Amino acid sequence: MTEAGTHDIEIRDLYKIFGPEAGRHVEAVKAGLTKTELNDRHNHVLGLQDINLTIPHGRITVIMGLSGSGKSTLIRHINGLIRPTAGQVLYDGLDVVTMTPAQLRDFRRQKTAMVFQKFALLPHRTVLRNVAYGLDIRGIAEAEERARHWIGRVGLQGYEEYYPRQLSGGMQQRVGLARALANDAEILLMDEAFSALDPLIRMDMQSILLELQQELRKTIIFITHDLDEALRLGDKIAILRDGAMEQVGDGQEIVLRPANAYIAEFVREVNRGRIIEARTIAAPAAEGRELPGFAVKARSRLDLVARRMTKAGVSEAQVRDGDRLVGIIDLPSILEAMVNPADAASDD
Amino acid sequence: MDLIRFPEMSRGSLRAMRQTIDGGFRDFTRAWGDTLEAIFAPLQDLLTLIENLLIRSPWILVLAVLAAGIWLLSRSWKIALGSVLALLVVGYFGMWEDTMRTIAMVAVCTLIAVVVGIPIGILMAQSNRMNAMVTPILDMMQTMPSFVYLIPVVMIFGLGKVPGVIAVVIYAIPPVIRLTNLGIRQVAADVLEAAEAFGSSSWQKLRDVQLPLALPTIMAGVNQTIMMSLAMVVVASMIGVRGLGQPVLQAINQQYFTMGVMNGLAIVAIAIIMDRTTQAYGKRLQKHTEAGK
Repeated sequence: MTEAGTHDIEIRDLYKIFGPEAGRHVEAVKAGLTKTELNDRHNHVLGLQDINLTIPHGRITVIMGLSGSGKSTLIRHINGLIRPTAGQVLYDGLDVVTMTPAQLRDFRRQKTAMVFQKFALLPHRTVLRNVAYGLDIRGIAEAEERARHWIGRVGLQGYEEYYPRQLSGGMQQRVGLARALANDAEILLMDEAFSALDPLIRMDMQSILLELQQELRKTIIFITHDLDEALRLGDKIAILRDGAMEQVGDGQEIVLRPANAYIAEFVREVNRGRIIEARTIAAPAAEGRELPGFAVKARSRLDLVARRMTKAGVSEAQVRDGDRLVGIIDLPSILEAMVNPADAASDD
Repeated sequence: MDLIRFPEMSRGSLRAMRQTIDGGFRDFTRAWGDTLEAIFAPLQDLLTLIENLLIRSPWILVLAVLAAGIWLLSRSWKIALGSVLALLVVGYFGMWEDTMRTIAMVAVCTLIAVVVGIPIGILMAQSNRMNAMVTPILDMMQTMPSFVYLIPVVMIFGLGKVPGVIAVVIYAIPPVIRLTNLGIRQVAADVLEAAEAFGSSSWQKLRDVQLPLALPTIMAGVNQTIMMSLAMVVVASMIGVRGLGQPVLQAINQQYFTMGVMNGLAIVAIAIIMDRTTQAYGKRLQKHTEAGK
């Protein structure tokens, strides 16, 4: 019934300049003209510069940045809502940038679906008609049946005939999610989809998304300004600042090896125990050494490992990935990894 | 140099200019008058048909149909009942036939204004250039004294219903155009972006998103158009449109106070009926904005 992601999205050498004569300044920007200089001298705004990113199929890629970093601009390049000043967005041998309006319309209808920060539901349509919207546009006969299925999947049975205004924010965004999923597209674009929701409801929606993704395996691009959300959802995380890519990697890489001071500052407040996995800090077991009796899983997070070890009253454990021995872990090294090195230094 | 007298065009040239334009228009009227009249003949037929239907049918049937129509639009017993009472009083005071003529006239004028006005409003909303071009024309239509454009209309069509309809439509069409334009432009950008992101064509965007969301505003424009066409019935009676306007005109000329007031009040009654009905209908269209269930 549903389409899993089968192709990576490749963003290549993407530049976006806002202003009436954007094309004229792109060479100067490539040659090193900065955002401030462009703004002061030519009154153009540099939205994105030199973006290269591979978005792997069937995974969640989070693009993270503060407001004004260009993340919402970037996601809109993937379905052509915004055209770049230079660069390519490649998918399955096609370049979204050079598509004709008709091709772009077909691409949006068949390959992509989008969830918006402010929900952007049609206020004059019921929940059912909203979820069926993408299918209505394509003239699909069983639109209503499929819409009902997805309303059920996001837990909104019984609300089919309600209007959006009668629902809470969290419920409205479930409608937004159901509308996107009903479109049955490989690519799911989520533009700060959960940012407008209360923290508890946001956690809820994240769980729903992760649960659905385990089964659907769509190619999801998720925009957020919240690092905790990025770390929880992202198989791959790309951090944007002032329109430039600062670091790309998985959650552990970004927390353990921030590429620069900006990102280090960003990850300072993160609960590292919940991000770092046991295998990451396991020390290789010395040859012929007697192994500790207690074992933990390689992919367990440190906070969980620490809790289990203290409960069992042991200070050492083997880290195992199935049958394979990854290494040895002990409580001091867990503690050290969980404490942010920057904080530890400053509090001496 | 004389600074008191304005350096105006010589009287001779002015006269010559006027005569040339008038002559040109007269020639145009002679050459095209019949053709134009033939083009507008169906309008005349439609108006006569509605008038006859309202006047020649049994009054009780007409009243019942009107009441049913008002209820269907407003879904309010209060408005339907009030309308019936008002029409009964108007009829009792001998103004039934004129009232029916006026209702027919306003109905046809509103229909034309909507059919012509909404597409123009849509075009204005889609293109800023169209907006810049049409806006001054609308300003002119609303401020130009109606007697001025009655002159060419009467020269082409003579006295009667058709020139009356044209004059009323010119006067009453701007609100529906303006509010259609406004309503579409006010549709939230994020909803439009969502429509775009799901691959809507321009026509689908218009049909599924822009028009439905603009509808309450458009209805306010239709309401204004109805009110303005009612206001024009007295002026239209000067070029031979029959109805409640004629007795008012007669009353002005001959200083019949009671006759003027009675017919004036009948116009007010129709105005209130149409206003409340269309407003209630407009409100019903916004059902989705009410919270709670």
